[in-house]
Amino acid sequence: MAVPAPDLAALRQLGERVRPLSAASERLLPVPPAFVDLVPLGGLVRGSTVATTGGAATSLALALAGPATTAGAWCAVVGLAHLGLLAAAELGVSLERTLLVADPGPQEWAATVAALLDAVEVVLVQPSHTLTPTTQRRLVARARDRGSVLVQAGGHVRVWATQPDLVVTSGASQWEGLGAGHGRLRARRVEVSVAGRRAATRTRHGVLWLPGSDGHITRAEPLAAAPRAADVAPAPLRDAG
Amino acid sequence: MTEVGTRSLVVHCPDWPVFASGPAPSAALIVVRANRVVAASMAARAAGIDVGSKRRAAQRRCPSVEVIESDPGRDARAFEPVASSLDAVTPGVEVSVPGTLAFATRGPSRYFGGDDQLAERVAWMVSGALGDRWPVRVGVADGAFAALLAAQRAHRRGVPTLVVPSGATPAFLAPSPVGSLLEVVEVPDLVDVWGRLGLHTLELVAGLPRGDVLARFGPEGVAAHRLASGLDLRPLAARQPAPDLVAQCDLDPPVDRVDRVAFVAKALADELHARLAADGLACIQVLVEARTEHGEVLARRWRHEGALTAGALADRVRWQLDGWLTGSRSSRPTAGLEHLALIPVEVVAARGRQLGFWGGETLIDERIWRAVARLQSLLGVDAITVAEVRGGRGPADRVARVPVAAVDLAEARPAARLDAVDEPWPGHVPAPAPATVLAEPEAVQVLDGAGAVVVVSGRAELSGAPARLRRQGRAPATVAAWAGPWPVDERWWDPAHHRRRARFQVVDAQGVAHLLSVEGGQWWLEATYD
Repeated sequence: MAVPAPDLAALRQLGERVRPLSAASERLLPVPPAFVDLVPLGGLVRGSTVATTGGAATSLALALAGPATTAGAWCAVVGLAHLGLLAAAELGVSLERTLLVADPGPQEWAATVAALLDAVEVVLVQPSHTLTPTTQRRLVARARDRGSVLVQAGGHVRVWATQPDLVVTSGASQWEGLGAGHGRLRARRVEVSVAGRRAATRTRHGVLWLPGSDGHITRAEPLAAAPRAADVAPAPLRDAG
Repeated sequence: MTEVGTRSLVVHCPDWPVFASGPAPSAALIVVRANRVVAASMAARAAGIDVGSKRRAAQRRCPSVEVIESDPGRDARAFEPVASSLDAVTPGVEVSVPGTLAFATRGPSRYFGGDDQLAERVAWMVSGALGDRWPVRVGVADGAFAALLAAQRAHRRGVPTLVVPSGATPAFLAPSPVGSLLEVVEVPDLVDVWGRLGLHTLELVAGLPRGDVLARFGPEGVAAHRLASGLDLRPLAARQPAPDLVAQCDLDPPVDRVDRVAFVAKALADELHARLAADGLACIQVLVEARTEHGEVLARRWRHEGALTAGALADRVRWQLDGWLTGSRSSRPTAGLEHLALIPVEVVAARGRQLGFWGGETLIDERIWRAVARLQSLLGVDAITVAEVRGGRGPADRVARVPVAAVDLAEARPAARLDAVDEPWPGHVPAPAPATVLAEPEAVQVLDGAGAVVVVSGRAELSGAPARLRRQGRAPATVAAWAGPWPVDERWWDPAHHRRRARFQVVDAQGVAHLLSVEGGQWWLEATYD
C-alpha cells in the first residue's frame, strides 16, 4: 500500500505545538518571535532572573511573559498596582492564567514571591525596597529549583544585590499615528538592548514594534530611517466616537 | 416493586445571593458572575431583568440597578444560620448550594405527623431564622430534584409550601421544561440537544427507553433520564457504603482564625482525595466536622453531584467555618477549634474526567491551589485577585479585579478574554492600551505656547494647542504630538455618578506617550504608555 510522503514541515510544527513545556530539554520558556535572536538561547531560561528597564519597561516585561502563558503556563503579578491589565492582554498575556497579588509590603514580600515561584512559571515583581543578598539568593535558588522565572518589570535594577541574569533595556522610542492635534497612537518602535551575565555578556541590540499597528510585536527598521508620522500629510478629520 | 425516589424535603430561598449581599431587599439589585446575572431582587425582576441575561442588558433595562459581584463564600456564610436552624428537626441536613438544602423526610415526617405538617413547620422555622426578611419555599416530593422543582413552583404561586403526594411525582414532573434539569446536573449540551430533538418537557424525556438513552447519551444521559422519571440520581443499590476513609487532624494549639483552619482543611482535603483516588472513588457527599476545645461540635453535610474536588472541598470547609466563627454571639463557639475531620458519607466510582485534547478544559495544577491558599492565609482572602474584562471607555474601567475566591480557577474563564465584551463601546480609548494605569489619576498642568493652562470649552474647543506638560516633582516636558479632545459624557442619567470629561493622548519629546483627561478645568494624568 502506498504511503503518502509525510509533510515534514507540518509535522515539525505540530510537534512544536504539542510539546509539553516541562519536557523542553533546554528548559526554556517561549518568548515572542521578535525576541528570539535578542535573548540568549532564544527563550527565557527557567530558573533565571530578568529585569526590564527604560521607558518601555512594563510593556517589555509583559511581552516577555506573554507566550509562556498562552502555552499553558501560569503567571503571577506581585504588587504593580498600576499595571494596565488590558495592555497585558493585548501584549499576549493570558489573563485566564494570571494571578494578581496585592503588594504584600516589605515584611511579607520575600515569602509571597517564594510561594509564587513554587507554583507558577513567571512571577512579575517591582520591589520598592532594596533586597538583601540573602533574600535574593534564596529566591534565585527557589526559582532554579522549581524552574520558574522572576521578572522585574520596571523600577531600578539597583534593588538587586547582584545583577539579574538578563537585563532588557528600552532606549529611544517613537510613536506613530499621532500628529499635532490629530490622529491617535497606533504603533511604537523601541530600541531594545539585552545584556546580562553568562551567555548574555555580549550586549545585543534590536528595534521592535511594541506594539505594531496590527497589535503584534515584530522587528522594525532602525528609528532614523523611517519617516516620522508628523511629516506625513495629516489624515482627514473624522468623528472619533 | 417499582423503584421510586427517596421522599425528600427541599428548602429553597429564591435569589439567595441577593439576600446574602446584605442591603435592603426592596432595592433593585443584581448579583453577577462573569458578566451574567445569577440572581436578581424583586425590584430588579419587576424592572424586567432576567437571570442569565448579560450585565449590560440588565443595566439597560434598569439603569439604577445596583450590581454586586458574586461571592459563593459570602452566600454560604449567610446560609449557615439557616442550615443550623433545622438541626432540631433532623441531623441529616444536606446543603447542595447556598440557598438550597435538602433532607430525607422519612423519620421527621412521622414525628411531626405527616409531610404537610413537616413542611409547614420547616418553613416556619427557617423564616424565623431569617427574621421573616426573605421568602422561604419548601417542597416535598419523591426525590430531591422533584422536591426542588416543587419548592420553585411554590415560589411562583406565592405559597410557602408545596407537597407532591407520594407516587404523584412523575405526573408532577411531566410538564416541566427539560431545561429544569440544569438546576441539579450540569448537562447544558444534553439539554440543548434534547431541546432541538423536540423533547421539550421532562415527560417526553422520561418516555424514552433507558437503554437507548444510555447507548446514545452515555452515563450523563441516564442520570438526567432518571431525574426526569422522578427517580434518584443513582439507584440505591448502586450506592456504595463509604469506606473508613476519614481524614482528620488535631489542631494544637487550637485555632480561632478561619484562614488558618482553611490551610489545614486544604491539606486534609488533599489527603482524603488522594486516598479516595487510590481506591478509584469520588466523593459526592461529605460530612465536615469541627470540634472546639469546649467540646462543641459543628457538623454539616455537603453534597455535590459533580464529585467534590480537593479545592472545592476546602472551599466548603472554609465557608462553613466562616459562618460559624463569625456568626452571631449566641451561635459562635466559645473556644478555638481543636479537631477537624472530613468524613466521606457517600462515594461513587470515579468515572474520571475527560480533558480536552487541544486545550479547552485544562486541569489546574495542584501547585496553584496550594500557593493561593498559602497566600490567602498570609495576606488575607481578598489579596489575591484575577482579572476580568468589562465594558467601558477608559482603560481603568475595562478590566476589573475579582477576588480569586469568587472564581473557579480550574474552569476556563471566558470573562478574562479580550473578546469577552462583544458590544461596541462608542468613545472608548482605542488600542493599544496603556501599560501603566494609575489607580488614582495624578493632577498635572498642560500649558499652551504662551504658558497659559489649556482650557477645553463645553463645546470641546481648545483655548490653545498643548505645548508643555508639567508634572509635580519633574521637569516640564515638551509636547511633541497630541490628539484630542475626545469628549466623554458618562452616566448622565445618574446625578451621583455623572462624569463629563475630555481625553487627550500626548507624546513628549522623549517619545513617551500619556493619556490625559480634563474634567472641570483640571488636567489629570490617567495612564502612561510605557
